[in-house]
Amino acid sequence: MLRTDTGRLSLILLFTPFALWILLLIVLPQIGIGYLSLQVKLAPRVYEFGLANYFEFLNEPIYWNTLLRTAWISVLVTVLALLVGFPVAYYIAKIARKRSRAALFLLCLIPLWVSDLVRAFGWILLLRETGVFSSLLQGAGLIGEPVELLYNDVTVVMGLVYTVVLFMIVPLVSTMDGMDNALIEAGYNLGGSRFTVLRRIVIPYAMPGIVAGCIIVFMLCAGSYLTPVLLGGKNSMWFTEQIYQQFITRYNWEAGATFGCVLLAFTSLAVWLGLKLTGQNLASTVAKD
Amino acid sequence: MNKFLNAICAGAVAALCASSANAETLRLLTWGGYAPDEVIALFEKKYPDIDVEVTFSNNEEMVAKLRATGGAGFDLAQPSVSRIKAAQSEYGIYKPIDISKIDASVIEPVLMDSVKKYATIDGELYSFPHQWGTQGLIVDVSKAPDLKGWTDLCDPKYSGRVSMRLKRGVLLGMAFDMGMNPFDAYDDPAAYQAILDKLEAKLIDCKKNVKAYWTGGDMLSNLMLSGEVVASDAWDSTAFKLYSQNPNIRFVPTRTGALAWIDTFTLPAKGKADDAAYKWINFVNQPEIVTMISKSSGAISAVKGGKELMPDAAREAVNLAFDDAAIANLKVMPSVPAGLEDMEGKVLDRIKAASD
Repeated sequence: MLRTDTGRLSLILLFTPFALWILLLIVLPQIGIGYLSLQVKLAPRVYEFGLANYFEFLNEPIYWNTLLRTAWISVLVTVLALLVGFPVAYYIAKIARKRSRAALFLLCLIPLWVSDLVRAFGWILLLRETGVFSSLLQGAGLIGEPVELLYNDVTVVMGLVYTVVLFMIVPLVSTMDGMDNALIEAGYNLGGSRFTVLRRIVIPYAMPGIVAGCIIVFMLCAGSYLTPVLLGGKNSMWFTEQIYQQFITRYNWEAGATFGCVLLAFTSLAVWLGLKLTGQNLASTVAKD
Repeated sequence: MNKFLNAICAGAVAALCASSANAETLRLLTWGGYAPDEVIALFEKKYPDIDVEVTFSNNEEMVAKLRATGGAGFDLAQPSVSRIKAAQSEYGIYKPIDISKIDASVIEPVLMDSVKKYATIDGELYSFPHQWGTQGLIVDVSKAPDLKGWTDLCDPKYSGRVSMRLKRGVLLGMAFDMGMNPFDAYDDPAAYQAILDKLEAKLIDCKKNVKAYWTGGDMLSNLMLSGEVVASDAWDSTAFKLYSQNPNIRFVPTRTGALAWIDTFTLPAKGKADDAAYKWINFVNQPEIVTMISKSSGAISAVKGGKELMPDAAREAVNLAFDDAAIANLKVMPSVPAGLEDMEGKVLDRIKAASD
């Protein structure tokens, strides 16, 4: 009896910080945002309950265009991060020798030691018209005039891939690490080409890691703020920038909260769709033990 | 490990004791450059029992921060005079200022009157002037000698060589240069919308000239100093600061007149150190402190003879930019009525989202 009581107590004690964290920092603010988004402003300090903010969002093409743009670039970044991350992860998990594995993994982690902001400014220094790349190209005689590489969508995509690729590599490595090399050898022994082995053995085995990485990367991209704002061009709008604008420069918290809820619903829907299409579920990917 | 924890606890306790021994903390919510470290050090030397904590911000963020807490968390804020009335009537985030506790005799009367005009609500004064300056154009005169007005930013010969800050300032400036008076339409939403529609078309058309919309003073400084951009709309203070690094970078008040702003001292509704706040206000209006702050902010103090108290290089830049006619042509920005910024915001969003 005593034993189960202490067990229960320690479970409660261990669980409390986590529960408090989820409740106070995630659930409650989310409810607050949801409530705020249903407040419709009639006059200064006079509010009414209703869905007008959501209709406002749907009626203004700029807002949902920005959301679709954000989603489309996030998908693109996810695909690119997978293409870049998969070979790296495969090398670390399967080809590299045991001893160098940790070192390689550490090398992937190093960029994370520097904050997002500093990394974005690094890109700015490299890519601006009077920056390092432009001067190098001129010095090499490849171009006659300074060239502006900053402030366009390509830069944003590149910056985002650079920021998030690690979050693709980690789940991929941990999934492929558990794969028995004998499976790959058997594939070759049975006459499979490299491509067949990759397609029929490696990818299906790594699928949970791929989906988990894609979910994390997609969510990080859609919710990122600094990289798109700092590297983006004069035509680029990111949805989180819209939320900031509504909250801070327009004093329009109701619209900002609405946008926040829309973004949450939209990304959740995208993740659900992704899981359905790949035949995975959350338990087999992100929550895999 | 235990020793380490003990050390941390002891440190924390010591820190707590230290902060409670210093009876008062003055939490200042202000603009970058308005409270330089050397001034804070001198203030804390004069009043050893007051700790100064500074948070740098801008107009919109100041209002947003104070709104989030109902006016708590800061003891003295410095929004522009145009951001007092609407913010107070909508969110009640300020409290009236007791002018008898401040030496108002040192302040330039014109500025004091403007602040009284725009920051008096129900007969009570909410703000006290601190620094003023203008919004106009920053131009590299060696590369764009004939750029004199807002619409010149859209001149095809500067294609890809100008920048703007996509905020209300550029809307107001363009409107004046296109022969409209947005201030007259402030209380008439339909008329204001008509002006905004014209501005939207103009600025979308102008987009091909824009290299990038600047978002912070540092970004603008880098664009101008590197020569990547030859002109932009800007605060004069940025131009005055850059003048000392490159004398070709000048402030142009524009042919339709620069837009004048006055940054104020305003007490947040739930500020807890009013006395310290009044002490700070009187402290920074001393001539030698005025020079220090003008040096780091680039703006002109609201005290009498504020221009003469600027550091030499900045004063030279001011004199180059403003002759008497330009001073007479200044357009003081009135209080922004509630709701106007929503209308402007949508137009700014459409401009940003449009492709050129």
